[in-house]
Amino acid sequence: MGEIGLAHYLTVSAILFATGVFGIFANKKNVVIIMMSIELMLLAVTINMVAFSAHLQDLVGQIFTMFILTVAAAEAGIGLAIVVVFFRNRGSIEVEDINSLKG
Amino acid sequence: MIDLPMMLPALPELILALLAMGLLMYGVFARGDRSASCTWAAVYGIVVAGAVVAMGGEGRAEAFYGQFVTDDFTRFAKLLVLGASGATLLMARRWMVSEGIARFEFPVLMLLTTVGMMLMVSANDLISMYLGLELQSLALYVLATVQRDNLRATEAGLKYFVLGALASGVMLYGASLVYGFAGTTSFTGIAEAVAGGDPHVGVVVGLVFVLSGLAFKVSAAPFHMWTPDVYEGAPTPVTALFAVAPKVAALSLFLRVALEPFGALAADWQQVIWIIAMLSMVIGAFAALAQENIKRLMAYSSIGHMGYALVGLTAGTPEGVRGVLVYLAIYLFMNVGAFAVILAMRQQGRAVEGIKDLAGLGRTHPLMALAMGIFMFSMAGIPPLAGFFAKFYVFMAAVDAGLIWLAVIGVLTSVVSAFYYLRIVKVMYFDEPLESLDPVGSMALRVVMSVSAAVILLFIAMPGWILSQAEIAAGALLAG
Repeated sequence: MGEIGLAHYLTVSAILFATGVFGIFANKKNVVIIMMSIELMLLAVTINMVAFSAHLQDLVGQIFTMFILTVAAAEAGIGLAIVVVFFRNRGSIEVEDINSLKG
Repeated sequence: MIDLPMMLPALPELILALLAMGLLMYGVFARGDRSASCTWAAVYGIVVAGAVVAMGGEGRAEAFYGQFVTDDFTRFAKLLVLGASGATLLMARRWMVSEGIARFEFPVLMLLTTVGMMLMVSANDLISMYLGLELQSLALYVLATVQRDNLRATEAGLKYFVLGALASGVMLYGASLVYGFAGTTSFTGIAEAVAGGDPHVGVVVGLVFVLSGLAFKVSAAPFHMWTPDVYEGAPTPVTALFAVAPKVAALSLFLRVALEPFGALAADWQQVIWIIAMLSMVIGAFAALAQENIKRLMAYSSIGHMGYALVGLTAGTPEGVRGVLVYLAIYLFMNVGAFAVILAMRQQGRAVEGIKDLAGLGRTHPLMALAMGIFMFSMAGIPPLAGFFAKFYVFMAAVDAGLIWLAVIGVLTSVVSAFYYLRIVKVMYFDEPLESLDPVGSMALRVVMSVSAAVILLFIAMPGWILSQAEIAAGALLAG
């Protein structure tokens, strides 16, 4: 077993990111799972950023990470608020029930 | 300590951000309904910010240690953004009151999204690009849902949120790869890192991810699937906003990202944008043919228009960039005017949005029908209206850059799209009126309709001014 290097972190992050994207498109059940997938994508990006930051010996990547975490929190807040108002109108947050607009 | 002169280039953004926060406090703590005073304060704030932008001096200036840049290009784009936001805010007032959703949060959110768009236009670093984009998007998610007891509006907001967050994530992943393999987040630094024209493959992959995220934000095909649903479901004033201001901001950011940090990789991104532009024009033309809802029709129309504008970027030449900027300016007037007509569509106090509801408008509301006719002919690109020149400049630039096929596809799709624009004119003038629309009560709507129609009609008489401004702006972008 060799030492854990940049490539390992990038691989983990790529797998997490792909899982997040897959979770958004393949999920047929619940909008909350989509929200979790979005968080997973953003966290995959932060792993990337921190790994690059350590590899390049450059702090900008970690600063970027702090901004991403802050925005992700705001995004989750707004997303959950929208899910709540949608639930009040529709009485369901099943993905299949999001169907009043089409064409 | 942060010294003020360093922040001075960002003065218009600071004014609007402080005004938004101040109005939020005022709206929360003042008694009674404060939506009217907040709306007017926001409009004045946008006018003041526009004046500060217009008098912002010559040349390039940086703030926040190179994160934020102003030059002739940002001034041009910011004036368009402010004009679109201000006009939307004015037009929205009466509609919001009629629907009983006139709340003070609406102007506050409009100001915040406008600040986000201005930051996007001025971004000079991957971090400021991301923060500007998110400030704009987060406020837009809430605006789409502002009619919170309406199922369609909340569904539109939910769809927009999920797909918008996905696009932000994709763009961010690309940004992380670019940072890692170019070693810096600054646009200037990235330009130096890729200057040789033979970059690490990681940079190219990152670039494709970033461009996909941006293509989503300008609703270019194949990342357009959210557009029709969101346009149809969102309250009409919010749709009017979606159709113009964020498009201008995102396309300006698109231009800067493609030409400044990645200018040396033009051969790589040109293929990607060629396909995006071609698909957008084709989908915008064909998918709109069967639409019965006018907001949905405008959604496909805007997808098509973004395709035409991206033709100018594909060329990548100064003429191409100038063509994109002229296109955006004319697109602003056509769309704001068309949405003024759509906002005026009410029957017995109820908002309607079917194309058939326009039947007989030529007899019942001759002036409104004339204005809508001008907008539709202009969007179809029929000379001598402004929309013809918008298309002419981007197609000329494409032909000069050797993109003959793209220009041919563009001309063919504009012929197809002329069908559905002219169908609206036919419905207005040759169909029997079923139920007449209410008289246009709002002064703001009448003013916006008249001014937009006049600009589109008279563009041929004085094209030089907009052209020279766009030329200066394009020069600033390509010199940087």
